[in-house]
Amino acid sequence: MFIGALARPGQRPDDLLVLVANATLDDHIAAPVFGIVCSVLRDPAQSEEVTHEVLVEVWRIAARFRLDKVTALAWVLTIAHLRAVDRVRSAQATADREYKAALLEQTPAYDEVSEAVERRLEDEHVRRCLQALTQTQRESVVLAYYRGLTCPQVGELLSVPLGTVKSRMRDGLIRMHECLGVTA
Amino acid sequence: MTSANVHLLAGAYALGAIDGDERPEFEEHLANCQACKVEVGEFLATSARLALAAAETPPSTMRQRVLHRITEVRQDPPTVDLPASHARRSPSTVRCGTAFVVAAGITAAASLGGIAAWQYDNVQSAHQQIQQAQAQAAQIAAVLSAPDARTVVGTIGGPGRGANATVVTSRSQDKAVFLTSGLPKLPAGKTYQFWFDDAGVMRPAGLVASGTSAQTILLKGSIGPARDMGITVEPTSGSLHPTSAPVALMAFPGT
Repeated sequence: MFIGALARPGQRPDDLLVLVANATLDDHIAAPVFGIVCSVLRDPAQSEEVTHEVLVEVWRIAARFRLDKVTALAWVLTIAHLRAVDRVRSAQATADREYKAALLEQTPAYDEVSEAVERRLEDEHVRRCLQALTQTQRESVVLAYYRGLTCPQVGELLSVPLGTVKSRMRDGLIRMHECLGVTA
Repeated sequence: MTSANVHLLAGAYALGAIDGDERPEFEEHLANCQACKVEVGEFLATSARLALAAAETPPSTMRQRVLHRITEVRQDPPTVDLPASHARRSPSTVRCGTAFVVAAGITAAASLGGIAAWQYDNVQSAHQQIQQAQAQAAQIAAVLSAPDARTVVGTIGGPGRGANATVVTSRSQDKAVFLTSGLPKLPAGKTYQFWFDDAGVMRPAGLVASGTSAQTILLKGSIGPARDMGITVEPTSGSLHPTSAPVALMAFPGT
């Protein structure tokens, strides 16, 4: 209900603003934020910390919305994902060598990632649309979004050239968009 | 990088998979590429669905902590649009150490079309709305985090198809907060009205504003002598006395 209200284009800005200001109190916002942050960070304590930061930050800058662009919820989730990914990458930068080694060790782990993600996905529609992608598209989208990997990391993991990874991500999202029928 | 190649980055960008120099490079391209903006908008809506599908309820302590924190954090006023390169160094984001780090990340999202500007004529009303919302949220936070906060759980509507509801009261604050997983939708012209039950006399305690689906509601007025609260369906302008049978009656906790 709350999400539906947020996502509707042409909603009165004032209503939206109040809803957003109260978003920090609402599980409909907090749960997907926490979900995606957990998915990327895979560490409960860090995930709580980042989620907390994101919700407080959303509260703080809620007035800066540009309603004609991304819907409010997509905006919040973009921030959440970006924050989680930034956290992972700054940790990686400090321990890059170990990380690379670990990444290579994990090379056959896409199946595990995919299985873990699938198990968590509560939205049947999303799961079906992911299944409808080609294998490389699905792998690229899942590793990037749910695990926070960069294009070069995805390329390395899947042994696919960088340019291919980038175009598979775009193709994958185009198909997901069509399949889900979401409106921006 | 040729423009055709830059364009291909829209997907990786929306998935947060480009990093380092490529991010600002793409954002620069985005500012002048209408087709890219549309595509990125669609992709972000799509990736939001991916996040929704992975939703996970955070621990209840998180809610308390966030509530507590937002009573201390001042909201930023709406701002006018800044070019992406300036936005990243905006002095308003340097107010405190941690906020700066967070804001830097967010401004990156902003420049892809998330945040940034508010139409100038909306600024005043938006600001007022925020202050009201903030004042209300602060009161809600005060009730929920009061040392004497008590909770009671109930349902609205018939068993199996009703919504869950929780009432939190604090005698020291003399206020009650109503939380719900979502009130059943009403026909046009109708809304929910709250009542304090002063030993059988129903005292109005506020309306759920029509068209909103707020799920955390501060009851209007103080608890006073009331030992129960009721919810009825009323015309959108509200009523002085209940005009229909209550959809829910809930005893306040600890009475």
